[in-house]
Amino acid sequence: MPERLVPPAKVSPIDTALLRPFRRLGAHVTRALCRLGFAARFLLATLGHIGTALRRLPLTVREIYFTGVLSLVIIAVSGLFVGMVLGLQGYDTLQRFGSTSALGTLVALSLVRELGPVVAALLFASRAGSAITAEIGLMKATEQLSAMEMMAVDPVARVVAPRFFAGVISMPLLAALFSALGVLGGYLVGVRLLGVDDGLFWSQMQAAVNFREDIANGVIKSFVFGVLVSWIAVFEGYDAEPTAEGVSGATTRTVVTSSLAILGADFVLTAFMFRG
Amino acid sequence: MNRAAIDLWVGIFVALGLAALVFLAFRVGNLGGLSGGGEVYRLYAEFDDIGGVKVRAPVKSAGVVVGRVEDIRFDGQSYRAAVTLAMDGRYRFPRDTILTINTSGLLGEQYINCEVGGDEQLLGDGDKVRKTQSAVVLEKLISQFMFNKAAERKD
Repeated sequence: MPERLVPPAKVSPIDTALLRPFRRLGAHVTRALCRLGFAARFLLATLGHIGTALRRLPLTVREIYFTGVLSLVIIAVSGLFVGMVLGLQGYDTLQRFGSTSALGTLVALSLVRELGPVVAALLFASRAGSAITAEIGLMKATEQLSAMEMMAVDPVARVVAPRFFAGVISMPLLAALFSALGVLGGYLVGVRLLGVDDGLFWSQMQAAVNFREDIANGVIKSFVFGVLVSWIAVFEGYDAEPTAEGVSGATTRTVVTSSLAILGADFVLTAFMFRG
Repeated sequence: MNRAAIDLWVGIFVALGLAALVFLAFRVGNLGGLSGGGEVYRLYAEFDDIGGVKVRAPVKSAGVVVGRVEDIRFDGQSYRAAVTLAMDGRYRFPRDTILTINTSGLLGEQYINCEVGGDEQLLGDGDKVRKTQSAVVLEKLISQFMFNKAAERKD
């Protein structure tokens, strides 16, 4: 039967069923490392344009408007509600030990150290990061980036750098606002609603919260998260496949990757800052 | 949206963010308290047992914070805990001041208490406080109580 005119291809020893999973794993790792390397070089190129972003300040200010100002409402409302919930839950637990005066400490420390930077960064990633990715990805899909290159305008300097630095600047401010409004929310529920003593609430808080250990470390955290989220957002946008599908996939990846990166980085930073 | 409006909103945003930071620093945190600069001088002391005192724990006199614990080390020569205290420069204490380790409340944090003596000479920067009293170890206290009870019964 002339079914097989071509002799069966000799299976190379690398492609046996036993080794195939390893080969696939290797291919995955290699691809991921390639992407990471590309992302790192992209970050360096973006950081190299810090001068451009500052010299052409109007571009950066415009991006701060889109990433920072437009995130204000969601950050403010979430901060207030998170603080109010902390007030309710903390009061319920603390009153069992008769130490409701420690409510201020509990609310302030959990917000300043953890919840402020982390939740603000998660909200920032889904509110602003996804928008940045979609915008840059769509610019790429509609060949605006290539058009800029044709006109000898560097798209990294003109499009990517302002968005990146706007995110890095906005993030610590948003996290500080989140924490401050959260403390106010805890104050409203704890003192105004549940009747914790006003003076004890603030004095216990001030006695326990240290500027360098707690507040400055929280600001450092939010700054690191700002760099991570902005970096992932601009990179995913720039690296997106120039199709409608590609852009939507890149937007999803931005939210997923930055959320994981925030939580992972938070663990590492916390381990370094607060282990003592 | 025009340039001016964008500039205005970004200005408001940055001002709000900075105001939140200032609020956190001064209202929530203790910046402006002792940790925020101010003149400090250092005192050294050795304790037999430091108990639960940690670095940055308060040093109090008459219940008022007058300093903070800066460093706690184990002295390999004397086998005691060597403690460095950063004291508020506004307050000076006599040479025969006794340092004791107290607990605020039943389960509260431990702090170092200065019991002021009557010496004319005052402690200066780098001086060592001679008289210290160790932390009360609850287990020791309980065992002492038990032994006393047992001794009483024998009599």
